[in-house]
Amino acid sequence: MTRKRQRLVLVGVAMLLLGGAAALVLNAFSDSLVFFYSPSDLAAKDVPVGRVVRVGGLVEEGSVTRGSDGATVHFRITDLARTVSVTYAGVLPDLFREGQGVVAEGKLDAGGDFFADSVLAKHDETYMPPEVAEALRKQGTWRGAEAAEPSP
Amino acid sequence: MIAELGHFALVLAFLVTLLQAVVPMAGAARNNPRWMAVADSAALVVFALVLFAFLALMHAFVRSDFSVALVAANSHTLKPLLYKISGVWGNHEGSLLLWVLILALYGAGVALFGGRLPRRLRARVLAVQAAIALGFLAFMLFTSNPFARLATPPAEGNDLNPLLQDPGLAFHPPMLYLGYVGFSMTFAFAVAALIEGKVDAAWARWVRPWALAAWIALTAGIGLGSWWAYYELGWGGWWYWDPVENASFMPWLLGTALLHSAIVVEKRDALKSWTILLAILVFGLSLIGTFLVRSGVLTSVHAFATDPARGVFILLLLIVYIGGALLLYAVRAPQLKGGGLFMPVSREGALLLNNLLLAAATATVFLGTLYPLFLDMTGGGAVSVGPPYYEATFVPVMLPLLLLMGVGPLLAWKRGDLPGALQRLWLAALLAGAAALLAFWLAGGETPLALLGVGIAAWIFVASLTEFAERIQLFRHPASAGRRMRQLPRAAFGMTLAHLGLAIAILGMTGASAWKEERVVNLTPGASVAVGGYDYALEGVSRIQGPNYWAFRARFAVTQSGRPVATLEPERRFFSVQRLPTTEAAIHTTGFADLYAVIGDPDGKGGWTVRIYREPLVPFIWGGILVMVMGGLVSLSDRRFRVGAPARARNAALPAARNA
Repeated sequence: MTRKRQRLVLVGVAMLLLGGAAALVLNAFSDSLVFFYSPSDLAAKDVPVGRVVRVGGLVEEGSVTRGSDGATVHFRITDLARTVSVTYAGVLPDLFREGQGVVAEGKLDAGGDFFADSVLAKHDETYMPPEVAEALRKQGTWRGAEAAEPSP
Repeated sequence: MIAELGHFALVLAFLVTLLQAVVPMAGAARNNPRWMAVADSAALVVFALVLFAFLALMHAFVRSDFSVALVAANSHTLKPLLYKISGVWGNHEGSLLLWVLILALYGAGVALFGGRLPRRLRARVLAVQAAIALGFLAFMLFTSNPFARLATPPAEGNDLNPLLQDPGLAFHPPMLYLGYVGFSMTFAFAVAALIEGKVDAAWARWVRPWALAAWIALTAGIGLGSWWAYYELGWGGWWYWDPVENASFMPWLLGTALLHSAIVVEKRDALKSWTILLAILVFGLSLIGTFLVRSGVLTSVHAFATDPARGVFILLLLIVYIGGALLLYAVRAPQLKGGGLFMPVSREGALLLNNLLLAAATATVFLGTLYPLFLDMTGGGAVSVGPPYYEATFVPVMLPLLLLMGVGPLLAWKRGDLPGALQRLWLAALLAGAAALLAFWLAGGETPLALLGVGIAAWIFVASLTEFAERIQLFRHPASAGRRMRQLPRAAFGMTLAHLGLAIAILGMTGASAWKEERVVNLTPGASVAVGGYDYALEGVSRIQGPNYWAFRARFAVTQSGRPVATLEPERRFFSVQRLPTTEAAIHTTGFADLYAVIGDPDGKGGWTVRIYREPLVPFIWGGILVMVMGGLVSLSDRRFRVGAPARARNAALPAARNA
């Protein structure tokens, strides 16, 4: 085997692998990218039913109720212009509170209700998920960091 | 006063580092031994100075000196001593100081133990190391001084983020940094070799222990981080494909590739320029990891800094170091002539394929981690990339690699015999099939990928043992197998152990992702819930007081068909200073599965939300990682790494063996 042939085989295998990996990545990007929407986006855009998306905003004050089984939670996410009601069966994160920023990941059903598989609230109580801050800013309802503070 | 001395020590270290970066490099170019000798003493002095600064900061934390801004922002008098100490690196400035300390430690390591390196190479390696330290010391002194004072010290500190108040934090960051920063050594060796224009077997032999040490530490660090997330976050998961986790995983993947390609350079004098490129890229990924985690572009428990100036500074360091090294590579690499030719089917070929697959796997993780950032910066909207992406890209790339892992070690150098190797693996193939069938029989076929995972774990496990048995000719000449085993180099034991460890960990990961059971219910004291064959009775919830928190503590009696198994006491803690709640999961391990309980919120009517998990095979993940780390350590203790170049090995071997 000459040096030239060795290089040829090497380049061939490398291209094959690279092509395979690129195909996998492109395929996965078209299927499993999770897009972020604010409640207003959900109302305005045609978000496909049954696709996993993220919805973020503030947990509306007074909207958190528990189902009869004690484990299902209902609440509404608002960007202070629109709201979307969320159903979630599971333990809420430590920092989930009314009036606080939150991101829910799950699927929209045909009736416009959101069923969350997971709910994220971040590690710091004054923290606002950047997507949420951005969404609120777009709605013109962002009032600076204080807006996100829970009422004492 | 001590804080000022610490600051002064850092300034001195900066100046000495400048000296260490310039003088030995010039000395190596002009062949001036006295200039080159500056490197050794300078490296030791820098280490002493940075160590002094680190101890000074630790002193401020232990004494709760709130006139130091960092201590006031991150500590509290009531915090337990362990967390006062680990709190030193539980913040941006302190963790940066730890980074530099470890960098200086590696430099001192080369100065002390690098006696067998040629003088010129050692001088250049230490000079490159110093150039890296210079950037990070400047970063610390100009943007994040850990010793900044407050004009009016507060009476009480702000306490540490409660999530970080955990014994795991005491060990996870130092381990991870030992890994990240360890790859600065291979980077320094690569750049020094490029400047020298010479890469040979001896170079690979010198660089391998450093790559191995970094790999061991990174493996342990990632394992500890995963373990911490598993028991502290209370979600019952051990890996989330979170960008922060990926930031540490990418250098691990590519570092693993480097470890394997360095073998080819050492044994066969081939793949030289590829290995150099890998060494540069691995350190690049370590720096990207530091940037992602520390700059605040990602939001996580790790992101202390939200000051954009800091992010820009790290990015600048990344561009200077990696860009500079790649430029040097582009100029010099064509001069590195490859040595040994080999057939595609050979040990070299298998190791090369291992490298290509690991590089492709790294690329998929890299794209998934950075694409959302890229899209966000270009105004493409907010997206996130979750586990489904990685399952669709990373897993299919890794599968052929894992299959190859069983075959590769059985192939001969230069020209391998693939049918022969496969023939010797009939037992591995048989047992892998049997293991998959057993899993199918036990758990059903809803999860074909899981059956494949079990089969692959068994395949790697048995194939590794087969290779080891072949090597000592256990079945052909059993009488003398023991003697051959004792003569085997430690590196061979290390490889077998590390591969076995991976097989165990894969089994654990497969089981934990495929057969986890989870129930979320509302329980009143006295009621019970059944999960995975165990009954969990909530006996009661009490309120307890900790040193700097109070907590609800639940008490579960766990029974299996009436027979008591364990008592689980999960807590929900409320930290008064930072007003943050944390979840303390209670875990009982049977060795094959973890019983995992978490207590949530009260419903106001006497009931509590509780989460119960049965986590099958999770202990295997930790066990497997431990075996991998042990394999690395055994390999690191190989005598061949302590003796010099191959030509000198014959003379040096005897005295070295006596000393060892």
